[in-house]
Amino acid sequence: MAADNLPTEFDVVILGTGLSESVIAAACARVGQRVLHVDRRSYYAANWASFTFNGLLSWIDDNKQGGQSPEEVLDWSGKVESGEDILPLSTMDTSISNLEVFCYTSEEPEEDEEEKKEDATPISTLSPAPQSEGEEGNQATSPTDNRRNHEGETTLDILSESPPEQQDQEECAPLAEDQQILSSDGEPQGEEQLSGSAPTQAKKKKISYTKIVKEGRRFNIDLVSKLMYSRGLLVDLLIKSNVSRYAEFKNVSRILTYRQGKVEQVPCSRADVFGSKELTVVEKRMLMKFLTFCLDYEQHPEEYQDFTERSFWEFLQNNMLTENLQHFVLHSIAMVPRETHTEEGLRSTQHFLRSLGRYGNTPFLFPIYGLGEIPQCFCRMCAVFGGIYCLRHSVQCLVLDKESGRCKAVIDTCGQRISCSHFVVEDGYIREEQRKGVEHKHISRAVLITDGLLLQSESEQQISLVTVPPLEPGAPAVRLVELCSSTMTCMPGTYLVHLTCPSSGSAREDLQPVVSRLFTKPASAGEEGDGSDERPAVLWAVYFNMRDSTAADRSGYDLPGNVHVCSGPDAALGSDHSIRLAQEVFRQLAPHEEFCPPAPNPEDIVYDGDGGQGEGAGFSEAAQAEEGAAEEAEESKEKEASQESSPVEVGEMPDPPPAPLAEE
Amino acid sequence: MQFSIYIIAECNMKLMTRDDKSLLYNVGGKEGVLDEEVLLLTQQLLSSNPDFATLWNYRREILLHLETVRSEDEIQRLYEEELSFLEACLKVNPKSYGSWHHRGWVSTRLPRPDWARELSLCERCLSLDDRNFHCWDYRRMVVRVSGVPVDQELQFTDRLIGSNFSNYSSWHYRSTLLPLLHPGSPETHSHRVCEEQLLKEYELVQNAFFTDPNDQSAWFYYRWLLGRGVCVCMISCVYVSREGERVVVAFSRPALSVGLLLVVDGQPQQVNWRSAHPRLRHSPMWICDLPPGTISDTSNEHNLTVHWTERHTHRDCALYTGRSESWCRDSATDLELFRSELSVEKSSVLQSELQSCTQLLELEPQNKWCLLTIILLMRALDPLGYEKETLAYFQTLKEVDSMRTSYYSDLCSKFMIENTILKMEYAEVRVFSLCEKNLSTLCHLDQLLLVTHINLSSNQLLGLPPQFAMLQCLEVLQADDNAIENLEGVYHLSKLEEVSLRNNNITQLSDLKILTTCPRLARLDLRGNPITQIANIQSQLAELLPSITELLL
Repeated sequence: MAADNLPTEFDVVILGTGLSESVIAAACARVGQRVLHVDRRSYYAANWASFTFNGLLSWIDDNKQGGQSPEEVLDWSGKVESGEDILPLSTMDTSISNLEVFCYTSEEPEEDEEEKKEDATPISTLSPAPQSEGEEGNQATSPTDNRRNHEGETTLDILSESPPEQQDQEECAPLAEDQQILSSDGEPQGEEQLSGSAPTQAKKKKISYTKIVKEGRRFNIDLVSKLMYSRGLLVDLLIKSNVSRYAEFKNVSRILTYRQGKVEQVPCSRADVFGSKELTVVEKRMLMKFLTFCLDYEQHPEEYQDFTERSFWEFLQNNMLTENLQHFVLHSIAMVPRETHTEEGLRSTQHFLRSLGRYGNTPFLFPIYGLGEIPQCFCRMCAVFGGIYCLRHSVQCLVLDKESGRCKAVIDTCGQRISCSHFVVEDGYIREEQRKGVEHKHISRAVLITDGLLLQSESEQQISLVTVPPLEPGAPAVRLVELCSSTMTCMPGTYLVHLTCPSSGSAREDLQPVVSRLFTKPASAGEEGDGSDERPAVLWAVYFNMRDSTAADRSGYDLPGNVHVCSGPDAALGSDHSIRLAQEVFRQLAPHEEFCPPAPNPEDIVYDGDGGQGEGAGFSEAAQAEEGAAEEAEESKEKEASQESSPVEVGEMPDPPPAPLAEE
Repeated sequence: MQFSIYIIAECNMKLMTRDDKSLLYNVGGKEGVLDEEVLLLTQQLLSSNPDFATLWNYRREILLHLETVRSEDEIQRLYEEELSFLEACLKVNPKSYGSWHHRGWVSTRLPRPDWARELSLCERCLSLDDRNFHCWDYRRMVVRVSGVPVDQELQFTDRLIGSNFSNYSSWHYRSTLLPLLHPGSPETHSHRVCEEQLLKEYELVQNAFFTDPNDQSAWFYYRWLLGRGVCVCMISCVYVSREGERVVVAFSRPALSVGLLLVVDGQPQQVNWRSAHPRLRHSPMWICDLPPGTISDTSNEHNLTVHWTERHTHRDCALYTGRSESWCRDSATDLELFRSELSVEKSSVLQSELQSCTQLLELEPQNKWCLLTIILLMRALDPLGYEKETLAYFQTLKEVDSMRTSYYSDLCSKFMIENTILKMEYAEVRVFSLCEKNLSTLCHLDQLLLVTHINLSSNQLLGLPPQFAMLQCLEVLQADDNAIENLEGVYHLSKLEEVSLRNNNITQLSDLKILTTCPRLARLDLRGNPITQIANIQSQLAELLPSITELLL
């Protein structure tokens, strides 16, 4: 909807299109509230978004500049009446920091053998005097080694705080000539030069940066990496509300872990335990026995009551579990730190186990086309029920009634005054002054594009969750999600690896030790690789920190009572926090209404054309879909795209998601 | 045809919508018409209720008719449509007898069958419900007709078991495939599996029952693996009694007496074979009376041969001068008879199996499958050596699985009897004593042919079964302190002299009538039985059993 033509009265105005906000929007619209849903960004889902490769480059570029450029501040004094106060909102998004990009896949066909050895270490080839010796070429397979010299030349440091243009340009300068480093406008500059190198690389069957850029639309790179517990709140909500029809899902196919220097499969289901070659029969029994107990541990308090004050780790040790079983249960099934209390550990284990087997052999689902689909699905539901959407549109300030202290209206970026009875806003839009009592944590994230699976298997199409326990005491446990091309999040031949952990330092400090253990760099032109290193190579990587505002308490914000703050994503694997939050906010907005009751089937809604398409994309069916799902998914994506334009009668539709694949 | 349609129609009426009903009348009206219109009508009906056998029959008639008037390509197309229609029916009810049967029929009529498609259909169907036996049946048919190699089928079971091992069908299928793929050495048991493969199977099935010891499918398969084939049917014993002028032949397992011939000193004899008790038709023991005078002279030596033409086997027995009886037999110890339920594998293998089961039991002390398997393994290894442990495990079993106490009691009785027989054989005596063993049942009585004294006192027996009549040499029967109310098996025991049944549950005179068939019975002890309360019982008994000289009431 054209931004200058908005109605002036709504029940709820929602700013930000993250998961919680979108669920609230859908829930409100569903029960008949008039909803205006806006986002200052040009894309849906805020920090939950998924980007094509090129889209991600633009995003990197935007954030590198220290959030979005301040918007033109309009004078709103004319809109305010007497007895009213103004509460301005922040115009800067500062939730992303410590952004760093690495590219390892560039190769120069003209260079001779020796130099090629070097160029796997990013950029160092370009330095006038290659400083590494022959053997170092082999060792320097990991980004860890880059740490020494990244300052000056190897990386593109993008820090949100850094005064951008000048410094970056300097850093980029040596690279831009023949490395594919992103220029400030987010477009790969090296593309043209590199097109020459592409044939050589094709012969070696390596994937060049050019190729990645060229196939960039095949990527759907999530900013947050989460999976959906099959019996988690999100899945239940998707089913209950019928929103699931807007998306398709795949089962995560493997749970892996990193133990004693190796990546190995975690036996978590009955079939896994039965089939495991690593476990002895006695271990199988012990593990099954323990897991069966955890499924209904509340029924057997005598088993753990002595440990309620002690750690889950101690409890495991006491349960005759061998060391590797303790590892599996603690790090991969409960996914909690050692010092977690027994009951909490048991609860986590139970949550995992209850989700097992609902849709497949692991407890998790992943939405095809990436996590960013999920908030969009809820936005669509909201639009179907009359919600109005506006991207690249924000709220400058709130109009407060002096007497009641409540928010009466908002003034949008066009300076229009829009009255509302409730205002829902993402934490990122709140000015520092209003959240003095709020302490923020951070999430460390890395996204890697790699060339192979972490653990080889019969099928190349695997979606794996990999848990990496703290490499050293005090370090955080890191979670990896490895996505294959059939999830429609990366191009064939590559894998998308998401790393996540709660921050203790910058994302790279937190995550690079893990990356360097699990991955290598691509073999450069000369060395064909002696085959001893089976680790997949990282072709491209980005590190960043994202603010985790979930710890914030409502009372920490100095805001009117009818202004509801939604936190961004948290570091947890599931999305329960966001759903619970949405539910709470909805309860305040509409205390007597049902939260997301099932939407009627499309055939019950009056459409112009033929509605009712895309029902085949049912939740359970899609979850079971196997290899063939890729095509199916593409098909249904087309269907969805076509459906998008049809329900005009019932509601304004959101803009189509950025660059839908269907266009290809 | 018309009649049956209406019968079924009536039954199904309630389940049908009005549309379906009018369709049905249309079908009825088209009686005898074999064209595509009726095909369409029946299709509409069947798609709402695929379990309508008459309509499937009707369709088959039409299709058979069309086969005669259409070209092959048209027929192929017709049948292919039929297959897609059936697929839709199976989605409605994946366990419909009618649909699966019809599919089988169509597949065999199809001019150019596509078996790969059928296999993948089965695979999809089994992935939804891996215990759908209709689909299993159909699949076996497809495999047979299309000649899928055995090893591929074995991999198929690997896959199914891998995804969910609680699947009797897969395990069972495996048990039919393995002997074909890895046959045991021909001189031992060709229907068995070679040892190398057997060890792999042990490992597989152990993984299953360690993972989930309460899943019985794996345990059943394990029993199959440990078990050995049926024992060969042969003559295990020939017994001659000079005095009774009687020959008794025992078989290794119950059989009919067809083809049994007796030759005495080279002369075939015209004899009538009877089983030990009229109620036993298949009997492990057959008895004949010789013509009077054939062997009665103690100064003569006789050579007897029993031929069994049914099994192409025979057995000799010599009755020497001066001897009143003679026998020729295989003893239970020679044949390792009571080990036969479990494997013939080397005891080292069994020993290690026993170890892993004991290990599992330590983890799962309440697991009945594990307990039972341990008992069976112990029996296979050393029935006498493990007697104590076996009894203890039986006790635990009865506690953890109280629903099956009687079954365990019977099984335990059987093992105790086996053990006692073994001990008797080693001691080479003809006295059989099983006091205070908690016996609830009697078995292996054919092994007691030669026993002269039996003591079954202080058990929980309710009766002496017909098989008891196989104790042809029995002279003294002691069965005090049981709950015996039935003496059915004390039948024609020509040497029986003394019966003691103190403290049992004999209530009526008619219960004792059977004793009249034992001509030598002289002593009868009935103290502590309800029958003693009957007035005049003494005189009634004297009348019934005149041979008795000593009656204790």
